[in-house]
Amino acid sequence: MESLVLSDVASDYRSSMSSSLSAAADDCDPLLSPPPPLSTAASSSSSFLDPPSYADVVFSPLDSQNGAAPDRPPLRRDSSSPRSDRAAASEYAKITVSDPEKEQDAVNSLVPGGGTYMTYLVTSRTRAGGAEFHVRRRFRDVVTLADRLAEAYRGYFIPPRPDKNVVESQVMQKHEFVEQRRSAIEKYLWRLAVHPVIGKSEELRAFLQAQGKLPLPTSTDMASRMLDGAVRLPKQLFGEGLAGYVTPQDAVQPAKWGRDLLRIFKELKQSMANDWGAAKPPVVEEDKEFLERKEKMQDLEQQLSTASQQAEALVKAQQDIGETMGQLGLAFIKLTKLENVESIYNSQRVRATDAKNVATAAVKASRLYRELNVQTVKHLDTLHEYLGLMLAVHGAFSDRASALLTVQTLMSDLSSLHTRIDKLEAASSKIFGGDRSRMRKVEELKETIRVTEDAKCCALREYGRIKSDFPFLGFYWQALESKNL
Amino acid sequence: MISPQRSPPGSSSQSPRSPSAPPFLSVTVTDPVKLGNGVQAYISYRVITKTNLPEYQGPEKIVIRRYSDFVWLHDRLAEKYKGIFIPPLPEKSAVEKFRFSAEFIEMRRQALDIFINRIASHPQLKQSEDLRTFLQEDEETMERARFQETGIFKKKPADLIQIFKDVQSKVSDVVLGKEKPVEESNPEYEKLKHYIFELEDHLAEAQKQAYRLVKRHRELGQSLSDFGKAIKLLGACEGDSIGKVFSDLGSKSELLSIKLQKENDRNQLVMQAHNLLMNFEEPLKDYVRAVQSIKATMVDRANAFRQQCELAETTKLKEINLDKLMLMRSEKAMEAEIEYKELKAESEEATRRFETIVKLMSEEMVRFQEQKTADLGLAFHEFAKGQAKLANEIADAWRSLIPKIDACSPSLCS
Repeated sequence: MESLVLSDVASDYRSSMSSSLSAAADDCDPLLSPPPPLSTAASSSSSFLDPPSYADVVFSPLDSQNGAAPDRPPLRRDSSSPRSDRAAASEYAKITVSDPEKEQDAVNSLVPGGGTYMTYLVTSRTRAGGAEFHVRRRFRDVVTLADRLAEAYRGYFIPPRPDKNVVESQVMQKHEFVEQRRSAIEKYLWRLAVHPVIGKSEELRAFLQAQGKLPLPTSTDMASRMLDGAVRLPKQLFGEGLAGYVTPQDAVQPAKWGRDLLRIFKELKQSMANDWGAAKPPVVEEDKEFLERKEKMQDLEQQLSTASQQAEALVKAQQDIGETMGQLGLAFIKLTKLENVESIYNSQRVRATDAKNVATAAVKASRLYRELNVQTVKHLDTLHEYLGLMLAVHGAFSDRASALLTVQTLMSDLSSLHTRIDKLEAASSKIFGGDRSRMRKVEELKETIRVTEDAKCCALREYGRIKSDFPFLGFYWQALESKNL
Repeated sequence: MISPQRSPPGSSSQSPRSPSAPPFLSVTVTDPVKLGNGVQAYISYRVITKTNLPEYQGPEKIVIRRYSDFVWLHDRLAEKYKGIFIPPLPEKSAVEKFRFSAEFIEMRRQALDIFINRIASHPQLKQSEDLRTFLQEDEETMERARFQETGIFKKKPADLIQIFKDVQSKVSDVVLGKEKPVEESNPEYEKLKHYIFELEDHLAEAQKQAYRLVKRHRELGQSLSDFGKAIKLLGACEGDSIGKVFSDLGSKSELLSIKLQKENDRNQLVMQAHNLLMNFEEPLKDYVRAVQSIKATMVDRANAFRQQCELAETTKLKEINLDKLMLMRSEKAMEAEIEYKELKAESEEATRRFETIVKLMSEEMVRFQEQKTADLGLAFHEFAKGQAKLANEIADAWRSLIPKIDACSPSLCS
């Protein structure tokens, strides 16, 4: 199928596009042979590094036999461009993902057909050593890697990983889908490698080089987290004060849904107090530069999303026109057949020939429109990738915001704990000899305060780190976006 | 496509009384003007006749006509000239709002112009008295004539097709007591009928696609311009963004203001859409209408055939009856003979009518085929030309963009 070859570098969202393209190809008149498959970029790894060249779009229909795009010479970038500089600076010289294979899970699952998954061969070579590493990874490993990176590099612009697809196992094995996923994984890994900080990370190295099972702690899935949280929540609400606080190591992570329910509620309350409350929280976002840039980012995102919407509309319009052209051609071909079969007069034959020529031209034009569309989709894809990157930016911003929120929550916790202690002490001092139960309570609260103070310090430190890293974020952003130009 | 500027379709036959110059009759329909107000508003057209034929009142005559007048003429001709494919009229518009849009009026004007010119260049039709009435009488006479005929001869194409179907499946006259429907069993004619039906289907399909194509062109033009605007906004917001981080992208804002010239592309597409509509889709629609007109003629033919058969039957019965009476030397024989003679004359008349239709039809088919080939050839030519021009212009516009992109940021492409 021609569409499979053409959508060589299609990304996830375009799966619907390419399937509709192939549907259109099916309608094509079987008399006219499909154009030969493109013999484009030999290695897929270099294809997404190629810049969009407008010269490619200008191809003359007279050159090719039946409307297929002529060979596009894969473009080589000269080393003076800043992009190759970035690439040269990364630790890895080459990363490819290839050879998808189906494998069987050791455990027999209940779902028929389940338990099979695809693995991909990940080949990489470091710039320093020159030795090549081959490992087999499955998509779940990619998800794990992404999650660990998100935890470890909070506050940085982390490139978004390819989407999980919630589809049935039948679709999982289709060639198109596998191909899309393969190239998406490749792009993702490369982006990680080019990132000045993440590229040097241990997690990435483990992913690329550790043989056998991926040596990273796997993310817990939602279900077990919920169970965990459900167990802890009653303790937190009704139990002793000890179970109700945030430990220092928790404080540096954002609250996870399911597990840290109580903390989530507290932070939610805090954020509402921030918005609606009269008093200003003790620590606020003061960095003017940050706020400015954040606004600009939001503006940029708005424009990007509009532009990307228009791009999609444009692509659709082009596709429509190509399709209609094709239908028109078909209608005329039918007309031609009719005139030829039942012709009585010469003029009919002349007309039949005319109609046939027009029909052929129309079908060719329709093909060309579809070609054009494929090109357009590919090049305008940059817009969409930018939008994806905006997700990374969002991630970084929200990391910062949540770290701040944690600090604020902990501080108001502390102040309320202090107040309680004061009240209890005041009440107990009224009773002669002190109230034993109250004094015990006070001791517990003081313990809680101590732990909470520790947590607060950690959270504050974390927030400070994220803040101080911000100037460097500019470089990372440049690295990411230059990759995509 | 016969354009208003085309040289007058000269008549090929030489009249013995012709003046030194060859006889010609040229008609133009121009200058649509909205008259009346409210519900009764209508469009009037100026019809200019130039001729040197002696039957006409003068070398030039201008009258004001409206669509219903054209309909009158069409119906009169359809009544009088059975067997001839009467040139089709543009449709009445059902939608109120659309009736007075400039595009619709122009399309109708063009179609009416073609209609009247086809009549004026048809060897038989152009001698019609009704045509002369139409082209010359003043407006009041015209209106009177129109009101007289309303209701008697009015037939809608849908009705015609229905009648045709009825003819095919209808049980014959109860008086004759026949079971089978009366139909010609001419194999060649059968083939022709089949061809016409198929042709209509395919043409309708082609016309539908052509119409869709017009719509698509418009949509594409719209998308392109929207897209250009969005990109322009994008460029504007990046210009002074995060300092050197966006220096690469920032230079795009220049390039993107160049995108304004994409407005050009949109206009081209809209123009092409209009062009397509007038010079490609309209001819196809016209073709479809012509085929429908042929079907109307087929109905006439079938009717004439049926009439002829019926009369022949009746005549034969009468003859048998007459012979019987003659044998019996009855007094009624005289009357019967007169009746018989009358009936026979009628029957012969019906037969003659039918045969005229058959003859005319075959001549008309030849004409039709030739004319359609020419018309369609022209339409195809226009279509191809239009598309090529459009594609070239768009390609040029994009091509001229490339050096500008190259100029403003070398790091963007290599």
